[in-house]
Amino acid sequence: MLSLKTKWAAIKVIVFVLALTPFLLLTKAAIYDQLGANPIETLHFGFGDWALRFLCIGLALTPLKIISKQSWPTRFRRMIGLFAFFYALMHFLVFIVLDLSLSWEAFKDEVPKSPYILMGLLTFLLLLPLAVTSTKKMQKSLGRRWLKLHSLVYVAGLTASIHYLWLVKADYSEPLLYAGIISVLLAIRIAVYWRKKYKT
Amino acid sequence: MLIKTKSDVLSSEITDRAVFEARREFIKSATVLSAGLMMPDLGQAEPGKYKEVPIGPYSATLPVTAREDVAGYTNYYEFSTNKQDSTALAKGLKTSPWNVEISGEVEKPGVYQLEDILKDNPLQERIYRFRCVEAWSMVVPWIGFPLGEMLKRFKPTSKARFVEFTTLFNPDVMVGQRSSVLAWPYVEGLRMDEAMHPLALMVTGMYGDELPNQNGAPLRLIVPWKYGFKSIKAIVKIRFSETMPETAWYKSAPSEYGFYANVNPEVPHPRWSQSRERVLGSSIFTPKRTTEKFNGYGEQVASLYSGMDLSKYF
Repeated sequence: MLSLKTKWAAIKVIVFVLALTPFLLLTKAAIYDQLGANPIETLHFGFGDWALRFLCIGLALTPLKIISKQSWPTRFRRMIGLFAFFYALMHFLVFIVLDLSLSWEAFKDEVPKSPYILMGLLTFLLLLPLAVTSTKKMQKSLGRRWLKLHSLVYVAGLTASIHYLWLVKADYSEPLLYAGIISVLLAIRIAVYWRKKYKT
Repeated sequence: MLIKTKSDVLSSEITDRAVFEARREFIKSATVLSAGLMMPDLGQAEPGKYKEVPIGPYSATLPVTAREDVAGYTNYYEFSTNKQDSTALAKGLKTSPWNVEISGEVEKPGVYQLEDILKDNPLQERIYRFRCVEAWSMVVPWIGFPLGEMLKRFKPTSKARFVEFTTLFNPDVMVGQRSSVLAWPYVEGLRMDEAMHPLALMVTGMYGDELPNQNGAPLRLIVPWKYGFKSIKAIVKIRFSETMPETAWYKSAPSEYGFYANVNPEVPHPRWSQSRERVLGSSIFTPKRTTEKFNGYGEQVASLYSGMDLSKYF
């Protein structure tokens, strides 16, 4: 029989590999020139989509814990959160390194004209301190302030949805789906918060 | 993949037959080379039906984009808002027989069969730049005929100041029309002098063959100095009018997509810059190309807009 500790470690490895799979597949497609007519866009949107998906999964873990009354979802919070950041970082790097070709000229011309790019950069800046303070050590030393800081992830979820919404031309279904999921998850947290407050 | 060219890219001369043949060979070998990577439904690798069509005037001597990139990346909201999905979805569209209804300020209105229109208008090949409002671009060898030549045969009256085009409305096949992403049917339009300009092309083929359905078969417009959304696909109606048509994208977002929609790096889209464009088929390390005013066709078309404030009439 496996010990409980080994079992959870094994599950974590599996989840890690699964979460890394979209990155590996996109990288493989890039190496073999299988990204289609607009390869940068495929990479850029691919990483962006996965950043949003992991953000949603990460935000769903605590509500899942509350609803299921199980403690296991908490075990994956850090990993999933860091994967959301990892895909957001890849999304950002594809934009800066490949789309803008590291050109300051292009950055100066394209970024200020574009509200959705600015919203994307804001989202990235919101996620950055969360990734930096994600270690156990930081969590301990920040104490209660850590929770406050990390509630910023909801703001990042909303700005990420707006970033996507402002990009599309006419078909708002996908960005609205993400915005809807994030809003529902946020509403659950607020409801739970108010309930606790009234009870005490 | 594309080599950066100087800004006066257009060759007004008819390309030499030898050059034409050599380029055909190039396209052929390029297509065969990439055939291994291609999805099987994307390409009829061998240029077919229109391979003997002569090169027309205004055809640019530019390296063309790979056919599978042009055929596999289309904005065809009638089928899907996903540029890859429209390829498979458009397969079900029946493009023959095909009629075009001519109406409005015109002496010879009526319903015309496409084959009769094609009989009256000899085909030619034109290699044009194509610039999408989403800041990507390609170079395509279209097969078609001058729009103005065709319109003249219907004898527009002196009241005809604009010409309006309408795409087929058939939500049974065009599944994208079942949701209201845009006001269906898709409508586009040109001012009469724009429509009569020799660069404006009615297109029925590309790469020496018929148009694939996802690229707007059997009849589409190509206006190379304007953003791609002006180049309406699967045309079933042409109406001459005194008043400016309300175009589909204008109705969707009037502050973003004007009637003119001339390619212009100096006038950004309200949500993104238009000064650069991603050239389709280029490697991930190729920087974007600088967008040219009127997509490089300024010498030919700028006079149509003299005295107009292009930031106001975008």
